[in-house]
Amino acid sequence: MASSTRSRPRRATLARIGGISVGGSAVILALLIGAAMILGLGANPLDGYQELLKGAFGGTEELAESAAKAMPLLFVGTGICVAFRAKVINIGGEGQIIAGGLLSTMTALAVPDLPAIVLIPLVLFMGLVGGAVWGGIPGALKAYLGVNEILSTIMLNLVAVQLFNYLLRAPLMDPRQIELGTRIPQTRRLSENADLPILIEGTRFHLGVVVALLAAAVAWFFLWRTTTGYRVRAVGASAPAARYAGMPVKRMTMLALTISGSLGGLAGACLVFGSETHRLQTEGFATGFTGSAGFNGIVAALFGGLHPLFTIPSSFLFGGLLVGANAMQRAIQIPVDLVIGLNGLIVVFVVSSNTLRERLSRYMSIAGEAAEHDEAGARRVPAADEAGPPEPADASASDGADGPVRTLESEP
Amino acid sequence: MTDFITVTFTVATFASGVRLATPYLLAALGETLGQRSGVLNLGVDGVMLLGAFFSYWAVLQTDSIAVGLLVGIGVGLLLGVVYAAVTVVFRAEQGISGIGIFLFGLGMSALLFEEWVGTPQPISSFDKLAIPLLSDIPKIGDMFFNHNLLVYVSMLLVPGLTLLVNRTTFGLNVRAVGETPEAADSLGVSVARTRAICILAGNGLAGLAGAALAIEIGIFQHNLTNQIGFIAIALVYFGAWRPTGVVAGSLLYGLVTSTVNQWKTAGLVTGAASSFTTMAPALLTIVALVVIARRTAAQPAALTLPFVRGH
Repeated sequence: MASSTRSRPRRATLARIGGISVGGSAVILALLIGAAMILGLGANPLDGYQELLKGAFGGTEELAESAAKAMPLLFVGTGICVAFRAKVINIGGEGQIIAGGLLSTMTALAVPDLPAIVLIPLVLFMGLVGGAVWGGIPGALKAYLGVNEILSTIMLNLVAVQLFNYLLRAPLMDPRQIELGTRIPQTRRLSENADLPILIEGTRFHLGVVVALLAAAVAWFFLWRTTTGYRVRAVGASAPAARYAGMPVKRMTMLALTISGSLGGLAGACLVFGSETHRLQTEGFATGFTGSAGFNGIVAALFGGLHPLFTIPSSFLFGGLLVGANAMQRAIQIPVDLVIGLNGLIVVFVVSSNTLRERLSRYMSIAGEAAEHDEAGARRVPAADEAGPPEPADASASDGADGPVRTLESEP
Repeated sequence: MTDFITVTFTVATFASGVRLATPYLLAALGETLGQRSGVLNLGVDGVMLLGAFFSYWAVLQTDSIAVGLLVGIGVGLLLGVVYAAVTVVFRAEQGISGIGIFLFGLGMSALLFEEWVGTPQPISSFDKLAIPLLSDIPKIGDMFFNHNLLVYVSMLLVPGLTLLVNRTTFGLNVRAVGETPEAADSLGVSVARTRAICILAGNGLAGLAGAALAIEIGIFQHNLTNQIGFIAIALVYFGAWRPTGVVAGSLLYGLVTSTVNQWKTAGLVTGAASSFTTMAPALLTIVALVVIARRTAAQPAALTLPFVRGH
């Protein structure tokens, strides 16, 4: 067929543009709704959004602040990507951040005098361990006992919050707070040797941001360049097929959640030692410490097409939104909570657009159908394996039961 | 030690536990209906928050609890329409879209509270409605029959929902749609409509649960629910998708909460140590999840699976 050679590359490009534009339109639609709400609350949305953009991306300091705010989102988002590739939904980011924050804080309290070159890697590692435990428990429960991971991670969030409340109000509390009788739930200023160094003088851009970027890159390498990563993805694509091929399905499921949790734990450690106060504190409730990053990280990952590398710009965008929201609050007195609400809307729009995208790609594939018959998929299969997530075309083997993992796949 | 026991297990603590269980129960019963039809709604907490805020605000304006409760249900139904569109029409991944609804409710309820109310003002709480004769039974009467109307309504919903699911044509459709939507569809049962109705009812109950919480406490604040909505979802699993099991779990959470409160006021535990008691139900729920996981037959087979005709 004459048109077949032309329609294939065109279709791929169209699908890619479609994928980006779906995410973009989700953000635009959410911002429009936000504008309507700001208008309804009696403020000027144009002023508000201008301040938001300036506050988020207006200069070096703002960009660094956005990057620092994006750091936990990127960690958690990367973890979500890894878990999702194994078809595991990790809602436990909050708990994993807390577990990592607690264990790394206790380490810094126990051995404060170690030199920075040893202590910084040590506290980061202990954060990772704390998160790995908090992710590994639901992972083991799912893999070996069939416990629904959504529920167990939610429950472990509650347990972590209570553990956090207890530790900060009793054993870990700053002795000064007890002396003074103010009893603010926070630790003492942690060892200076554990401070994450500021990399750009005069900004909030600290080592944790770089570690987060590295983590995303490593996660990508792991998923698409190592055998174990391949197995994790195979288990996610089809557990029965992976089992038939002799892969340790249970171990892979547990591994995915453990990795996912350990990234959350790293976020917790970086939040503590990269903070301005250099202590673990609540600001009233545990969400004051995590900043709801355990949930917002899901938004970032989803927006990044559940791909670690695309989660980098996506996290930066959402980190910027959160930072900019503060500037907006100062300028037009609209609380930052607006952005949290809009994040929720973006999630709803992105996941709802899957059906729309499927229809779009089906429509576009009608033109290229003849070509597919001619080439018998020979070109498709290696392409899917060498360069990243399987393309939607080879995913039709099992029917549409598993939502965004497949349909949101972004082309590398 | 005897002090410990008498303080812990007073009639008042028990009665307060029954009252505190109401929001859990309402939300969990709504979620049960939704899940029996095959839809997991992780957004319950967000729906509860918005229901709680709007009903608090309505009571603040009108000073009428009835209006507040109706507003709560209305907000829930409205969000139910959204969730039905997202999951049934657009067939979105249910676990994730629920998180979206949660974040939406968390942000918007806080935003509107800041903008419309600002400083927290208390609202009038429920009136007690003692059931004649039954409330006169010593101890038992105060424990079960001297509460507000909503407590009775939520308790009556337990047998009501059981009958609806097990003894009516609609209930049969719900179960069919939740177990094997293909078979239900081939017999002419509309999977989409049945699921949409269950989602609407479930969200309406979640909105009512939020209203019940706000009016019971008499105040609204940022993140008022503190994850009650998420616990309610776990309670559905805890109760193995049966209303009778769900009510047991709800009472457990309510009683633990009231006991902790009691201990705190009596000075039996410090604020810090009470964290462990608060943690206990969550740990118990995890144990229950492990037990339930062994009985896979209890879970609706088509839970979280969107239905596409012809697949």
